Amino acid sequence: MPQTDMNVGAKRRRLLGGISDTNLLMSITIIVFIIMYLFAIFGLGAGFLKAQTFFNMLNANAALIILACGMTLVMITGGIDISLGGMTALVSMCSAVYLDHHSGSVFGAIMISLGIGLAFGLIQGFLVAYLDIQPFIVTLAGMFFARGMTTIVNTNPFNVQNEAFVKLKETRIIIPGMGSVNKRGVYIDAYIEIGVIVALVIVAALFLFLKWTKTGRSFYAVGGNKQSALMLGINVKRTTFLAYLMCGILGGIGGFVYFMHAGSGSASHATGAEMNAIASSIIGGTMLTGGVGNIIGTFFGVLSLALIQNIVSSAGLDEAWWTGITNASMLCIFLVVQSIIIARRKKANLSADKPAEAKGVKT
Amino acid sequence: MASDVKTAQKTSILTAIIRKQIFIPIAALIILAIFNFIVDPSFFKITLGHNNDGNPILSGNLISIIDYGSELAILAIGMTLVTASSRGQDISVGAAIAISGSVILRVLCGTNSRPESLQAPIIVAFLVSCLVAMAFGAFNGALVSIFKIQPMVATLILFTAGRSIAAWINNNELPVVSDKTFLNFGTVFPGIPVQTPVFIAVLCFIVIWLVMKFTNLRLYVQSVGINEKTSRLNGLNPALIKFVTYVILGLCVAVVGFIKVARIGTINYSVIAKDIEMDAILAVALGGNSLGGGKFNISASVLGAYVIQFLTTTLYKLQVQSDALPAYKAVVVIVLVILSAPIVREKIAAFFKKLRAPAKAGSST
Repeated sequence: MPQTDMNVGAKRRRLLGGISDTNLLMSITIIVFIIMYLFAIFGLGAGFLKAQTFFNMLNANAALIILACGMTLVMITGGIDISLGGMTALVSMCSAVYLDHHSGSVFGAIMISLGIGLAFGLIQGFLVAYLDIQPFIVTLAGMFFARGMTTIVNTNPFNVQNEAFVKLKETRIIIPGMGSVNKRGVYIDAYIEIGVIVALVIVAALFLFLKWTKTGRSFYAVGGNKQSALMLGINVKRTTFLAYLMCGILGGIGGFVYFMHAGSGSASHATGAEMNAIASSIIGGTMLTGGVGNIIGTFFGVLSLALIQNIVSSAGLDEAWWTGITNASMLCIFLVVQSIIIARRKKANLSADKPAEAKGVKT
Repeated sequence: MASDVKTAQKTSILTAIIRKQIFIPIAALIILAIFNFIVDPSFFKITLGHNNDGNPILSGNLISIIDYGSELAILAIGMTLVTASSRGQDISVGAAIAISGSVILRVLCGTNSRPESLQAPIIVAFLVSCLVAMAFGAFNGALVSIFKIQPMVATLILFTAGRSIAAWINNNELPVVSDKTFLNFGTVFPGIPVQTPVFIAVLCFIVIWLVMKFTNLRLYVQSVGINEKTSRLNGLNPALIKFVTYVILGLCVAVVGFIKVARIGTINYSVIAKDIEMDAILAVALGGNSLGGGKFNISASVLGAYVIQFLTTTLYKLQVQSDALPAYKAVVVIVLVILSAPIVREKIAAFFKKLRAPAKAGSST
């Protein structure tokens, strides 16, 4: 596997010399994802040919996609938010308690989720942007707070029985023409859940936001170099604040989508989701130093992690530790490849600059 | 007039104390101690009792803070160095502790998971786990120093894989060691009433103090953390120094793993040292060290570690559920961090100045 990755990287580099770091890292991810999928289809049988296999990956990871999008936004501005997993648990627990113990409406639950996300975003954004406290510490405290709060709200995990919610949870959006015939010869429609639609809309909206709006582009400027961003007239503090605010709201939405998929409230929900979100962002080409990143890449990063898990479990390596080890080695390979590519590009840029300079002196 | 001079002197002494890095953890300790004294004066009672084997043992809240704080204190030493040199934190320490603990049990137990007697001397097991932990530290260090990956991301790899590797080392079995000498390392040796982990922590602290005193490590680490380019131009090898700090952290991890395993004689891969990485990073931050690298103060970090343990014990005393503990911890941490933020401190200083200025004007007229 590492060798294919390297080859892909090399090919890309030669082909796309003028491409930006963001796009280069993203295209590597997408290509590796496609290669892995082809490998899965040919190596592990026809299960991967079914459209539903792909849709199931989306269904199970819709929440993670939203969380990872929020993480990418913050990481582009050079920060980090590790409170997302805790936030998800808190949102699902609060919604569950509201729906079942206070017989609330689904709309109210959504409002609660958004409110929690908004509150986290506002406080963390204020602390990071305006008080200049390290984001890691602030969001670490946020994570502790959210996890602790979840158990204070309700200790025991439980399934939600609220009718309106269960109806919403079991809504399936059928995709025509993609279904498959099962062993008994019955045709089964391919479906996705509502959460997937939400996730896809968010991915598209954020992609457009980062690419085409002034605020979105200033995210990259702030992450790349705060000083120069300030000199360009960008309000660095407000931009940073906005990134955390958006991340918080996305955390709220992601939490509710997770809740829609799981249908229960539990303090152990979304354990390690923040780390998965960071991992997917990195695999998708976002750099923790800031200034480099792409939402589409993050999307494929999440799918790559999900695909790896699928491959591992269908290859018969179902001992619990295999998922951890494969995830980690995948992350390791991607990181090393990224760092090598970036280092080489830097070198190439330097050597490309020098002759030009010399020329300038001569003439 | 005289009173004016006096207050001016007083405030200057006060500001001098406040500006000292070690002020934050000490202030936090004092606040916690006063709080506990008000709530329940018997908090500080220490009694000499006997444990199940009839050995004398000191018990009391203070003793348990010092005892259970040892792991965090040892980790804080390594974490401070890593933070200072590489401008990032190692988030894989919890997973690495699971690995080193698993290695110790594997060596002690051999292939049988419930051995009658130890299959290898304790020192051999400890050294093997040191080697393994240092190897993993070197892995992290190589990613950070050679491949120039951000520390938190690089250590994310081991964070994801660590507990899985730990389970794999012992084939997912849970070996149990019932050897008395081994367990003594986690509790007390016969005749000595103070818990052994305390001595181990003190030993580690003395060793690192000697290293700081007699080698250039402190200077090198600080210069690499402050400006990597300049230190390279001055003939240092930043990559090597970063690498060394990660290996030192690996050593600390091995010691902590040893204590953790010796305390209970067995291991639970998913629970052992859970969230300890967060506590260790908090200890470094509470010690007033910048998480962005550069200058550091190990004693302050170690004090920070004990502050966290103090806080945990206090919360347990107040009968907070162990699952809800993080919420309260988070509030305290946020308050501490806000108070120690430079901007807030400036604002507070300006506020006090304003308060004093009208008073002065009033006295002169």
